[in-house]
Amino acid sequence: MNETLTTSSVSKGCFVFKSASKKRKRHVGLDEYLVEADDDSGRDRFRICQKLWETVQTSTEEIQNQLNKKVLDSLVEFIKKHELGSSSDVWRQRTSEIPTAALMLGVNVPDHAMTFRSLCNLLQDSVTPFVVSVHAKECAAVKHLIQKVLEQLMGKAVSVDEEQEEDAALPQKAQCTISALCQWYKTATKKCSQKKNDNGLRQSLPVVVIFKDFEAFNSQVLQDFIHICSRYIQELPFIFVFGIATSPSAIQHRLPHSVSSLLCIEVFQSVSCTQHLASVFDKLILNAHFPFKLSSRVIQVLVGIFLYHDFSVQNFVKGLQFSMLEHFNSQPLSVLCCRKREALLCAKTLSQQNVERIRHLPSFMRYVETQEPEEQVKLLTSDQHVKEVCQTLLKSLHKYHKNYFPILQCLHSLTSSLPKFPLGKHIRELHVSCNEKNLWETEEYDSAMQLLRILAKNELVAALQGCSDILQSASTKRMQTVFQQVEDFINRLETLESVSSEDSSVNGAISGKIDYQRKTDLFQLQKTLLEKESRRTKKMSPFEVLRSQVIEFIDSLVREYLTPAHLQPLSEVCYFSSSGILRQRLNVTPRTSIQAALSHPYYYLQNESLKTNAGTISSAAPDLCIVYKLHLECGRLINLYDWLEAFVTVLSAAEDQDADSGDHGQLDSLKHARFIQAVSEMEFLGFVKSTKQKTDHVARLTWGGC
Amino acid sequence: MTQKPPLEVRFVPDEDVRDHIVEKQQDTKAVNGSVQTLVSLKTSQKSRRSAEDDDEDEDEEVFSEQQYVEALCTAETDECESAGGSSVFSFQTIKRRNKMAQMASELARTPGKSVSFCTGAAAEDSSKKSAALNKTPQKGKKVQFISTTPHRLRKRLSAPALRSDSESDFSPSNSEDEEDEEHTQPKTPSKHTPAAAAALYKTPNKKSKKTAESDLVEEYFQAHSSSKVLTSDRTLQRLHTPQLDRETLLGLLGKNTPRFAEEINQLNSKHEKNFRQWMLQLRMGFNILLYGLGSKQLLLEKFRSSMLSDYDHVVVNGFFPSITLKSILNSITVDVFEHQGSFRNPAEQMDFITRTLRGDPSNHVFLIINNIDGPMLRGDRNQQALGQLAALPNMHLLASIDHINAPLVWDHAKMSMFNWLWFESTTYRSYTEETSYENSLLVQQTGALALSSLTHVLRSLTPNARGIFRLLAEFQLENKDNPAYSGLSFQDFYQRCRESFLVNSDITLRTQLTEFRDHKLIRNKKGADGVEYLLIPVDNGTLSDFLEKNDVE
Repeated sequence: MNETLTTSSVSKGCFVFKSASKKRKRHVGLDEYLVEADDDSGRDRFRICQKLWETVQTSTEEIQNQLNKKVLDSLVEFIKKHELGSSSDVWRQRTSEIPTAALMLGVNVPDHAMTFRSLCNLLQDSVTPFVVSVHAKECAAVKHLIQKVLEQLMGKAVSVDEEQEEDAALPQKAQCTISALCQWYKTATKKCSQKKNDNGLRQSLPVVVIFKDFEAFNSQVLQDFIHICSRYIQELPFIFVFGIATSPSAIQHRLPHSVSSLLCIEVFQSVSCTQHLASVFDKLILNAHFPFKLSSRVIQVLVGIFLYHDFSVQNFVKGLQFSMLEHFNSQPLSVLCCRKREALLCAKTLSQQNVERIRHLPSFMRYVETQEPEEQVKLLTSDQHVKEVCQTLLKSLHKYHKNYFPILQCLHSLTSSLPKFPLGKHIRELHVSCNEKNLWETEEYDSAMQLLRILAKNELVAALQGCSDILQSASTKRMQTVFQQVEDFINRLETLESVSSEDSSVNGAISGKIDYQRKTDLFQLQKTLLEKESRRTKKMSPFEVLRSQVIEFIDSLVREYLTPAHLQPLSEVCYFSSSGILRQRLNVTPRTSIQAALSHPYYYLQNESLKTNAGTISSAAPDLCIVYKLHLECGRLINLYDWLEAFVTVLSAAEDQDADSGDHGQLDSLKHARFIQAVSEMEFLGFVKSTKQKTDHVARLTWGGC
Repeated sequence: MTQKPPLEVRFVPDEDVRDHIVEKQQDTKAVNGSVQTLVSLKTSQKSRRSAEDDDEDEDEEVFSEQQYVEALCTAETDECESAGGSSVFSFQTIKRRNKMAQMASELARTPGKSVSFCTGAAAEDSSKKSAALNKTPQKGKKVQFISTTPHRLRKRLSAPALRSDSESDFSPSNSEDEEDEEHTQPKTPSKHTPAAAAALYKTPNKKSKKTAESDLVEEYFQAHSSSKVLTSDRTLQRLHTPQLDRETLLGLLGKNTPRFAEEINQLNSKHEKNFRQWMLQLRMGFNILLYGLGSKQLLLEKFRSSMLSDYDHVVVNGFFPSITLKSILNSITVDVFEHQGSFRNPAEQMDFITRTLRGDPSNHVFLIINNIDGPMLRGDRNQQALGQLAALPNMHLLASIDHINAPLVWDHAKMSMFNWLWFESTTYRSYTEETSYENSLLVQQTGALALSSLTHVLRSLTPNARGIFRLLAEFQLENKDNPAYSGLSFQDFYQRCRESFLVNSDITLRTQLTEFRDHKLIRNKKGADGVEYLLIPVDNGTLSDFLEKNDVE
């Protein structure tokens, strides 16, 4: 071990290293980290990866904007209304009330930043330049809050108006009052109105204060601030926006009635994070045009993190991006993971190495096995032939995706209205189960089909209508014929109208007859009902015949198109499947790892002498492991002397068999030193801490093992 | 209580022990049916064991002890796993646990391979057992001793009746500790359910899991509610060298040849293979966090020296006891950006860094933080600031954590700012550097630092001032055996100084004392009578060293 690190010192904790090549500022291209010595496709892979990365970035932003559009528009509407209203007579009566929008954002706090950013931009563009957003942690006291508001407002106004440079200096703390703000506001609005004197209506631009994390604010600070602001409401048209993560009742909890009565609150509900996730899924995962795909396990991990940890769509997208990076980094064949045309081009120019890699893909090997013997030989010997086959396989893979997603959506729209959701409420669940194994072999699928078989006509027509809408937009020829077939079924179902109504009336008549015939006991009734049932199955109405045809048709579609992706040749090129890596990087349990390292050193240090029976530990193990083991036997307090003795016992057993020859009073000072080191490491790791409760004792900080 | 003669309980012949046990069995039968079955179980195990083992000399007592120790061993791993597991993974399934326990009992039955150091042929003994086996009674006692605490607890919980019985059964111990040891022996078997009898080594804790979670809960509160501390009263004073000073400690550890060096190097070279990947991920906007057992300082240093030579980078030792956010920010602004101005507060400094980095997107700065969970960086405000730094697109952060509860310092919002990718990097390297700052209670605080500061300050004083200080030091040393010594009162001191012609007025003395105080050479203390006492806050050894040294000069 190199004992003299350049970064260890007893007098400082920060070490700065300037780049060696300051002048040249040579920065290694990022793609270089992807390139292995013997591989030239790394650059291409990185290029593709970066492109997809940007696609993900832009499309998630788009989705967010689309989803937030409604709530933000209504917010702007609200603010505009009060801006106009403040001069009208109706408003006069309630003039001391501050208009407040309570924006319910959900618990996925990390996602809020983006929403607020777009809100700010929107307000500044369309309503008022005076927008302030404050964070709870910046505002420990009311004077900080006011200071923040002033700083942001005045700073902003300066950047709007260049001439005002001279009083750009921020107010001293002493002047940090709302009345100073009033003064400033008067001059600022005067200038504004002078500038746009065409707009006579808008004399008073509102001052919007956005509290980003309402729950985190000290309630006293908020109360004071609201009190102060309500005094100035005549001169300064404040409007508040509360960003609330929990529920509207948080306002009542934070603010007493006397304060909340100064506010005129309206609640705005933003779109829920699950909806948000669903649209991200639609756009990025259930989309044939996005070449990178996730395997079902990976989706489960990512959705699991989302549902059980943070509800954050942003983190989900990061997980997706990480998977992408990992895929392009670890799978050299991912160079083929791009749009069809580029992929085909790429396939033509595959390097010999990559051809070899293709031959080793499990899915490709499976494909080879299904071929004729001659073809097999050819595939295994001729690189050129592999390249050609590869192109056709890539084509069929793309076709598979183009057909898969419309049919998946159809099946989802058919089954999502069934009671108990046998195939899942969300399309992602259906996607996962399709990808895992043959869907039609599952029980859930059977029960779903059973339920479909008893749909009433109007339900069936509506469901098929939904399918035909989905299929209409599908691009492939095959899907167009499917679309035609569905339309055909709909027409036939509709023309059945008269026949089926007749039929049902006959049925009703028969059943009526049975009911009134005579009094029956239960057994008789069961018998007649069974008879009736069997008669009915024997003689199906035209509608039932047609319905079973429809179901057969759907079933055939599912069997044809919803095959698991991993069975497709070359699926490894597009599918990222190492869910384990993903879990290790994003969702870990550091403490488990530390404790495993302490109790099972063999797992990490593959040395035979560490191999032990389960549950025991070799005395040859590292000191820290032994000390850890011993401490597990103790309760709340640990006697250091006893601990030390036990430790020495174990060590001597490890070192030599005739340990008992040594005299026991005299402790080996090396062992003593090792013990001291191990105990301070335990303390460093947070397992024990020193205590004054009893001499030479330490307190245990974990529980368990005793 | 520790001084009991090695209590030859262990070396009684088998027959005697059996007698004891039979007796007890009867007793307990009378008291408690369930205990009875357990005890009979024990005897059956015993006979079985002795059949298997050819070593006839082993006495039963040792046997039960082995088993006991072994049971503890298995119990403890299982439990530590389940404890770690259930605290971390709250959704662990029962099925899995059973499997694990099954596997454990299976493994326990197969002969172990780890026993190179064992004397006995009994290959399945774990090392600890072997220690117990062939070691002097004293040692055996130690092994047992470790576990006394919880057992007392358990015993108190489950078998109060047993206690009085065994006390009468077992012989001549007059010390509390010994009694306890004896208690634990009859008690161990009671940990086994009858079902466990078949599977000899089945872990007791499996049973406890089966019985009920509520047991665990009760045990927890039992363990935490009793204010009584159930540990022995031995202290380190019993050692010949109760405390080592740091120099000796480091010297000794230096001599210690690290074991498994090869495996550890292997492990570490595996981590080093990730460097390129780290670079890529850092540059793509992720930040990297290393966790796992062992110091990661060397690993990060290797990364730094091999990958970062073309970039500006800052290394921060989070375990450094006086690291501050300000010093981190300063090294970025002053040393990296070469900015000369000063900042009113960290927020402003953060703004400056943000602006600078945003203004120059091609400039990448790497920040390496050893132990981002260090005591000084743990605070919410510091983590917030570090998170803001980490969120900058061209600031790249690599950090390590070691504390088991470290992830608790980040909430969701901070997590998303840090955007961590976690890498398990268990290195098994010792935390030498990291722990060197800690004032371990086992390490004697040497006065080396205090001594040199004394000498330095004194050297710059006038001869009279030195005399004054010397007077005080001598007086303090004269009284070193007086535990009630609280210092020299100002009046006495003045008197003595006058007698030695060191001062001519109390004003002079006071001025002088103020100077000492400013240099932290002396301390004032108000006595019970309101009189001011003066004390040199340095331990006596250092003080006499100092005087000696001064004399030489």
